[in-house]
Amino acid sequence: MRHSDPTADDITTLIETQMHLEGPLLPIFHAIQDACGFVPESALPLIAGRLNLTVAEVHGVMSFYHDFRKTPAGKLVVRICRAEACQSMGGSALSAAVLDKLGLDWGDTTADGAVTVEAVYCLGLCACAPAAMVGDTLIARANVPRLERAMEGAA
Amino acid sequence: MKDFIIPWDDKDMGTPARTGKPVHLTIDGIAVTVPTGTSVMRAAAEAGIAVPRLCATDSVEAFGSCRLCVVEIEGRRGTPASCTTPVQDGMTVRTQSSRVKKIRRGVMELYVSDHPLDCLTCSANGDCELQDMAGMVGLRDMRYTPGHNHFDPSGTGARSQSEARLRMPVGEANPRYSPKDLSNPYFTYDPAKCIVCSRCVRACEEVQGTFALTIEGRGFDSRVSAGGAADDFLTSDCVSCGACVQACPTATLQENSVAELGTPDRSVVTTCAYCGVGCSFKAELNGDELVRMVPWKHGKANRGHSCVKGRFAYGYASHPDRILKPMIRARIEDPWREVDWDEALGFAAARLTAIRQQHGRKALGVITSSRCTNEETFLVQKLTRAVFLNNNTDTCARVCHSPTGYGLGKTFGTSAGTQDFDSVEQVDVALVIGANPTDGHPVFASRLKKRLRQGAKLIVIDPRRIDLVKSAHVSAAHHLPLTPGTNVAVISALAHVIVTEALYDEAFIRERCDWDEFIAFADFVSDKRHAPESTALLTGVNAQALREAARLYATGGNAAIYYGLGVTEHSQGSTTVMALANLAMMTGNIGRAGVGVNPLRGQNNVQGSCDMGSFPHELPGYRHVKGPEVREIFEKAWRVPIDPEPGLRIPNMLDAAVEGTFKALYCQGEDILQSDPDTRHVAAGLKAMDCVIVHDLFLNETANYAHVFLPGSSFLEKNGTFTNAERRINRVRKVMAPKNGYEDWEVTQMLANAMGAGWAYTDPGQIMAEIGATTPSFAGVTYDRLDELGSIQWPCNADHPEGTPLMHVDGFVRGKGRFIVTEYVATDERTGPRFPLLLTTGRILSQYNVGAQTRRTENVVWHDQDVLELHPHDAENRGLNDGDWVRLASRTGETTLRVRVTDRVSPGVVYTTFHHPDTQANVVTTDFSDWATNCPEYKVTAVQVSPSNGPSDWQEDYSAQAVQARRILPAAE
Repeated sequence: MRHSDPTADDITTLIETQMHLEGPLLPIFHAIQDACGFVPESALPLIAGRLNLTVAEVHGVMSFYHDFRKTPAGKLVVRICRAEACQSMGGSALSAAVLDKLGLDWGDTTADGAVTVEAVYCLGLCACAPAAMVGDTLIARANVPRLERAMEGAA
Repeated sequence: MKDFIIPWDDKDMGTPARTGKPVHLTIDGIAVTVPTGTSVMRAAAEAGIAVPRLCATDSVEAFGSCRLCVVEIEGRRGTPASCTTPVQDGMTVRTQSSRVKKIRRGVMELYVSDHPLDCLTCSANGDCELQDMAGMVGLRDMRYTPGHNHFDPSGTGARSQSEARLRMPVGEANPRYSPKDLSNPYFTYDPAKCIVCSRCVRACEEVQGTFALTIEGRGFDSRVSAGGAADDFLTSDCVSCGACVQACPTATLQENSVAELGTPDRSVVTTCAYCGVGCSFKAELNGDELVRMVPWKHGKANRGHSCVKGRFAYGYASHPDRILKPMIRARIEDPWREVDWDEALGFAAARLTAIRQQHGRKALGVITSSRCTNEETFLVQKLTRAVFLNNNTDTCARVCHSPTGYGLGKTFGTSAGTQDFDSVEQVDVALVIGANPTDGHPVFASRLKKRLRQGAKLIVIDPRRIDLVKSAHVSAAHHLPLTPGTNVAVISALAHVIVTEALYDEAFIRERCDWDEFIAFADFVSDKRHAPESTALLTGVNAQALREAARLYATGGNAAIYYGLGVTEHSQGSTTVMALANLAMMTGNIGRAGVGVNPLRGQNNVQGSCDMGSFPHELPGYRHVKGPEVREIFEKAWRVPIDPEPGLRIPNMLDAAVEGTFKALYCQGEDILQSDPDTRHVAAGLKAMDCVIVHDLFLNETANYAHVFLPGSSFLEKNGTFTNAERRINRVRKVMAPKNGYEDWEVTQMLANAMGAGWAYTDPGQIMAEIGATTPSFAGVTYDRLDELGSIQWPCNADHPEGTPLMHVDGFVRGKGRFIVTEYVATDERTGPRFPLLLTTGRILSQYNVGAQTRRTENVVWHDQDVLELHPHDAENRGLNDGDWVRLASRTGETTLRVRVTDRVSPGVVYTTFHHPDTQANVVTTDFSDWATNCPEYKVTAVQVSPSNGPSDWQEDYSAQAVQARRILPAAE
């Protein structure tokens, strides 16, 4: 993942990689986010122009999906499940503790850009709730120490 | 004042109408029959039963999101939404079961849980569908406690915004609350009141076709957003057509005028006075105060849509610049003196009479207005023919569509477009040439874009990459960016391909045209010199692209030509019109829906002003003054001899004035100084006259050279008719009393009577009766018939009692369609080392013509000055950057303006608009004109562009003269 502001040429190249697809809008968002870590605002007019859509339409689609970022995330993204099963197994206390410890609110990034904490609604691990995800690693039966260890390991 | 409130039903039927085989069903015990594909909701509305709804309205397709319109259908599970459920034979529907009522109340309660309870102080109070639906479903309680919401800025649990202000006068503690978007000058977006029904988004997409709106976010966070995250309404793609405002069921998108003046309580159906589309509007009023203009859904030209000008830009009618008292002055160097009507008319009549005695009857003339009504235009030309006793009448159509009249008259036999606007719904291939509909004829453009989104193909022939070439969901199959001035060469090349590749419709030509004439034409056009490969160097159009465009036009199904002033305003304007007619005839694209040759008329009544005999050689109905049988009709009706000699055209009047033989001009509602070519020559002509009478709303540029100013009335203040581009005669109805005291036809009558004419019209209906009695194509037109039918497309007579939507259905009006050989002759205006660029002119959406009206409205936020579009290559050669001041010079004159560097124009071509008098683009244009009709060649001027640091000498002299000429002395009390 490259966390830098891409140029218009970078974006255009990424758009072209998806143009062979039918309905390439979402794949374009993914391609840009995969390459850049986020989808910069400056990409929207380029996507709109290429697909003959308006910026409003592109913005409407992108803002519908929480996973597409408008700004770069921290180096490490921690997602904590807030869905029903995890909540019933102490997920709320867990997330409160993690957020408190880092001094963040949902979706925020630490001042040093190290960690972003995000809510997620179900990771498919209800049987071993509460669940979380640190970077690309899934954590079952999560608690504060396990999460801290995972974060140290990833950092 | 006669109030005319139209009886037609404006009820919202919920979903759009369908056509199809009849389906029979029962709704709440009432049997109803509707076409296949109709929604249950609409069928219920037909039966007089209103199903509660929020997200459905009949201007857009059903969406099925609000869940308020649920019904029960016998034999079906659940409670389907009536808006998205099509009817079926034998269906039994119940709209009021206890089950659906309970669901509706629950849904309504949820809606209201995130809506402020400010109804009494809300700008939509009395005009709010949310309020109506709460009443209709019997909402009696709101059990949700205030929690997360979008409406309470204080975050204190206030139920209304006024209460929130009381609880927390400063600060906004609710992160979900977003303040109003006040960026658009005409309407306000208040996200706090949004119920996310998406009606605005769908109206922007389906009706207007701009796609400027979206719903951003998801779930509870969803809100309407104009453009991207950082945009507001003004910076987004929004064109301010107002379709969203009209579709909004709440106060979320509301006209500022309604917020200010309150909800209107009555309406008058009338016709827009801007472009040639001729949209029908409901002028909604309180007393005689205009609150808003709402496009009328039964209007056959616009089908309930409008643009920013028609809906919002009416403020000029009450602008402080408007002159309401007559004024006179002995010399144009003197200041104006306000006088009463008798003195002004007496002064004018005395001068006119003296000039007639001294210089003869031919020293007088008139210019009729394409902005005034048919009746007013008829009287002005009658003034010159029956009172001045000459044919010196001309009109602004001289400078726009006179070649259309000539070209279509010669080939088809009528001087008008062949189709109605509804025809666009059946077009398979649209050929747009020399027109920029999204700016010039926006409502037609919306209808065309809708058809293009349904799959019709588009060919654009234009030097500029206009918006239609590529904009959201629209892209032209072919754009042929020709060099200005080579229209005939390009169209002949299209004809060459069609003939040499045998793509013509032989059966049609044999049946409807003269086959021998076609063969002669085919021989001419088959010549190699017309092949696209031969003309490519000249026209700049890629030969292969041209060949493909020709094949598409000839073989793509229903092919329709839409054209504008880019065709007519050339030295070969008439030739181009005939060449287009040839294309349509040889491919059989005439005489049915979805085809034809369609001029997009510039002004609201330019068709009508031509029909009414405004041209110096034609009496009303396009009949030549040389014909004794035609003169006899008018001699009998008017009891005067009609001069058998054609009179002077505008340029001839000005030439004669400079020579000293033309001395007096009555100019109604036209600003020839700004709109006609070669401004210096126009100024010299006007200056040489002894009596210039300007009859207008404002002291326009022409009035700087006038001796008498007669204040005019706006379209809101008069009765009459306008005829639009599809020959549709629409009623103009008086909405308020004339602020100047008289409707324009009354003023003309008073002037005529001051010269002893003895006219005694008391109502414009009497003038229409006289038109009908003397002009066969209007024989069946009366105000009673217009009120009955809504509008009538001429010809309307015994053969066509309801008018004629499509022309030349069974045969051409002239008998056989005539092919005319169209040889390309290059204009005398050439580029050279001193003037290497070609200037072409046009207009933009928010401004209209010379801007006399729109410059006096809030529309200036979109366009406050004319700018020159220049290709980056040409800009670089000249060291120019975007926004620089430049000097634009031609062989005729020069002006200065700012430059916009853009690749919309090709290298070698520059483009500007002529909306602002301080730019005066027409100082630069030449006096070359169409060979047949003298229509000026506005679209081609050889120019040079160079850096500049200020206004040109002409601009400085002119503005000093204008200030001097506009001084007004107040009337002595």
